[in-house]
Amino acid sequence: MTKLKVDGKEIEVPDHYTLLQAAEEAGAEIPRFCFHERLSIAGNCRMCLIEVKGGPPKPQASCAMGVRDLRPGPNGETPEIFTNTPMVKKAREGVMEFLLINHPLDCPICDQGGECDLQDQAMAFGTDGSRFKENKRAVEDKYIGPLVKTIMTRCIHCTRCVRFTTEVAGISELGLIGRGEDAEITTYLEQAMTSELQGNVIDLCPVGALTARPYAFQARPWELTKTESIDVMDAVGSAIRVDSRGREVMRILPRNNDAVNEEWISDKTRFIWDGLRTQRLDRPYVRRNGKLMPASWPEAFAAIKDAVAKAAPDKIGAIAGDLAAVEEIYALKQLMASLGSTNIDCRQDGATLDPALGRASYIFNPTIEGIEQADAVLIIGSNPRFEASVLNARIRKRFRAGPLPVGVIGEMGDLRYDYEQLGAGPETLKDLADGNGKFFQLLKKAKHPLVIVGQGALTRADGAAVLGQAAKLANAVGAVSAEWNGFAVLHTAAARVGALDVGFVPGEGGKDVAGMMSGSDVLFLLGADEIAMSGIAAGFVVYIGTHGDAGAHRADVILPGSAYTEKSGTYVNTEGRVQMANRAGFAPGQAKEDWAILRALSDVLGHKLPFDSLAQLRAKLYAEHPHLGRIDQIEAGSAGELVKVAKLGGRLGKSAFTSPVKDFYLTNPIARASAVMAECSALAKGDFKQAAE
Amino acid sequence: MLADKDRIFTNIYGRFDRSLAGAMSRGAWDGTAGIIAKGSDWIINEMKASGLRGRGGAGFPTGLKWSFMPKQSDGRPSYLVVNADESEPGTCKDRDIMRHDPHTLVEGCLLAGFAMGAVAAYIYIRGEFIREREALQRAIDEAYEAKLIGKGNKNGYDFDIYLHHGAGAYICGEETALLESLEGKKGQPRLKPPFPANVGLYGCPTTVNNVESIAVAPTILRRGAAWFSSIGRPNNVGTKLFMLVGHVNTPCTVEESMGITFRELVETHGGGVRGGWDNLLAVIPGGASCPVVKGEDILDAQMDFDGMRELKSSFGTAAVIVMDKSTDIVKAIARLSYFFKHESCGQCTPCREGTGWMWRVMERLVRGEAQKHEIDMLLDVTKQVEGHTICALGDAAAWPIQGLIRNFRPEIERRIDEFTRNAHRAEPVLAAAE
Repeated sequence: MTKLKVDGKEIEVPDHYTLLQAAEEAGAEIPRFCFHERLSIAGNCRMCLIEVKGGPPKPQASCAMGVRDLRPGPNGETPEIFTNTPMVKKAREGVMEFLLINHPLDCPICDQGGECDLQDQAMAFGTDGSRFKENKRAVEDKYIGPLVKTIMTRCIHCTRCVRFTTEVAGISELGLIGRGEDAEITTYLEQAMTSELQGNVIDLCPVGALTARPYAFQARPWELTKTESIDVMDAVGSAIRVDSRGREVMRILPRNNDAVNEEWISDKTRFIWDGLRTQRLDRPYVRRNGKLMPASWPEAFAAIKDAVAKAAPDKIGAIAGDLAAVEEIYALKQLMASLGSTNIDCRQDGATLDPALGRASYIFNPTIEGIEQADAVLIIGSNPRFEASVLNARIRKRFRAGPLPVGVIGEMGDLRYDYEQLGAGPETLKDLADGNGKFFQLLKKAKHPLVIVGQGALTRADGAAVLGQAAKLANAVGAVSAEWNGFAVLHTAAARVGALDVGFVPGEGGKDVAGMMSGSDVLFLLGADEIAMSGIAAGFVVYIGTHGDAGAHRADVILPGSAYTEKSGTYVNTEGRVQMANRAGFAPGQAKEDWAILRALSDVLGHKLPFDSLAQLRAKLYAEHPHLGRIDQIEAGSAGELVKVAKLGGRLGKSAFTSPVKDFYLTNPIARASAVMAECSALAKGDFKQAAE
Repeated sequence: MLADKDRIFTNIYGRFDRSLAGAMSRGAWDGTAGIIAKGSDWIINEMKASGLRGRGGAGFPTGLKWSFMPKQSDGRPSYLVVNADESEPGTCKDRDIMRHDPHTLVEGCLLAGFAMGAVAAYIYIRGEFIREREALQRAIDEAYEAKLIGKGNKNGYDFDIYLHHGAGAYICGEETALLESLEGKKGQPRLKPPFPANVGLYGCPTTVNNVESIAVAPTILRRGAAWFSSIGRPNNVGTKLFMLVGHVNTPCTVEESMGITFRELVETHGGGVRGGWDNLLAVIPGGASCPVVKGEDILDAQMDFDGMRELKSSFGTAAVIVMDKSTDIVKAIARLSYFFKHESCGQCTPCREGTGWMWRVMERLVRGEAQKHEIDMLLDVTKQVEGHTICALGDAAAWPIQGLIRNFRPEIERRIDEFTRNAHRAEPVLAAAE
């Protein structure tokens, strides 16, 4: 700890603090543009200048100077800094004037207006007039992709975007070229950035130089209703803020959550919102004479009642999709049980995870924050860059913090950090699990080894055997102990862990997804669109969901549900963290919340579910699964469970592991309805086709 | 006038053989091994006692700078970096050392490197210096061949010297920008602290010295600190390469004792001011970044650090730019402003935005197309740039303008008056193109 005085107030701060942090600690606000807690220090905006007593007769950049660089006074007095002296005031006014002389006066048409650091700080620390009589600089706008719009004349060269892309996103595609007042931020060849995290530069940009292209000229920040919620585009469960105007979601921004997403979100999370407006199911449909016809709720329910009445209980099945909240999955499970069916499954992709093996066997045990402690990482059949971009940034953060051996089994391409390709498939894994190879020794030597098992390794015929081998390896290298559990299952679906938690898997004698598809008289699809619909044998299909995607096309009855921004729902992320999404607006037309649809349907079917409100449903849910009531907490799995998992046997296949995410931008029905995501997807694919000239 | 026997650079005009044999015949590499045998502490103490101040412009005591290097390595190697990126307008001493007397520098690298425990020296030479690089490289190669440097050399201290060619950016003469450039990055100054002596080249302890500071070291060590400090006056001792440029009859680079008066320097070596002493208008005493002073003020001033400070200017690199009364002084300073605007790296706000602003106002002042209150505004802008930037380029851009306003304000006001008087002049009427 270091003692110092800030504006006469004595405080004690940790040694690694910068003067800026120390001043904040003492309650003195210091303006800044280039400084950002999660990026390296540039010290180039000069807005944070403060006075250091006994130092050189000029102000110091407080973001770049550490408290340990302070010298005590000649008689050993406590070092002293000032943030409110005339010298500081003059320096701030000067820097603010310099920033403004070449900044355009286009605030009225600037999308950053109302949430602009430059605007706010000019009000607080600037002067009232301009002395600049020359012509302002104009800079040509650059194309850096379909997501980020540039108005480069507004740029104040803080280089936050450059530091973000190189440090966090791991791409060297954005940089500062030229020098002096001709310096410009650009991708140089004006190609689109290839990062899945590029949207974050919009939040980082303190001015309106980088703004969201899809959101351009759509709304002003002060007319938006802000709802704090949880993202469902992947299984990370990033904290988001949904900004809506009336019924429509206008944009999605990240919230700070150090345990999960820090303050980053992926582009899919950020720009999905136009998909919430298109292809929506806003009324029930019933198939008549081979054609889906609009119908009323009673008509649709009557059609389902007829079908269910004709079917034997063991010929009725239900599949839960990837975006469903725990509440509706629970309600569907109750409904199926009351119909006497055990045919339920949430594993659309056929992953061989089984809640019977214990929670440790299907969650990301070390937690996302725990990645930063890891000192050796093995990734089995997963491409975290596409499956969980924000989590991948956490691995990269750890990679940058110090030497980190990363081994990968499976063909995964560029992960944004260096790794060793250990092999392609189960044979390599078995070899490692048997204690062979250099990488086994690396993992064994590591204090906190991390073994990530992706869905690419589990959604296979030999998935159970692979899971067993991975658990065996984790046990063998000492990744599983009382204080550190490095066995990590990385999910791709937001609904999956929650569904496994409530046991939405085939019960006694029940059929799994494949079994249900081949032989069901009535099949309920709760937002399940990722199965091959052509594989569903003849039968009556009820689709409860939001978008006119694959499931709706196959359905005989469509019941319009609510998307994740239109309902309050519990989601459990890949680490097993229980989080609550909130309603930002209402579902379109006659669409209802999914749990309410199931409750109403149960009444029609003569098996009325025992709850009339979401609160009652939750009370039942929490009574059965107490950990789901503990919001923002993780119910840890026990290490002992993994010893059992390690005993899973079976024949290992020979084919290589591949990532289940073939197209990052089109992984769910909302994304497939989004024009922005379609453009990104086409662009990403076009990259591979590019001819070498 | 400095006696010939006291000159350190005996071949600064390239009249003699510049090869190793020639240099040795003039005394280079004489007893180098003996000096090294005396130990690094002796060398540093001798340098401190000699009172040598850095010749790159800031005038920091060289021996003291060397002593900042860690005595005990923490596992990291130490480096000596020689700043040969001489780009200041008016300054042309290092290039003469490197092309005509390169062995003084090579020997100096070895001795300085030994004194600070460096494993290697990197000489960062300016991009435009093609012939100088060739000459210096030849000298280094000769020293390697003669086993004067390198592994297992005659002098008993393993030491390598690498010559690195810059790409011609003024900012790369700033010590931390130079290190960035040397590492292969964009030449932008680093934040200090940490200082290079702690975290420098490749994150290792590094000392960055000017060519002249290093090149004079061997002679000082051979002839003794007492000899060096006996020349000049206290705090401003030794000999120095002066560059007389501009409106003198015989512009030249000449080694003289510190503290020589301006009049003597120009009379003896410059052949007098063009058109006589009465024709002297102004002098920039230390290269482009120093404030300009009026001719009549500098006539009998002593040319050294303290002498120039008394004139509210700076000794800089001792590039004495003499301007006679044919000079458009406002335009001359405006040209310097353009230079700094052009060479600003664009990293930090005050310099990036301020240099362009100052230059544009200066351009208007050249024509007189301004209000008189804008002179004070310009002065205020220079104060806002000065001291608020990461490196000293902001200061360097501000000082010439401050010097101009301090010394030639009447001239600027005269132009404004004249321009205002002619405000009725016919100018083409701008009409919209339809």
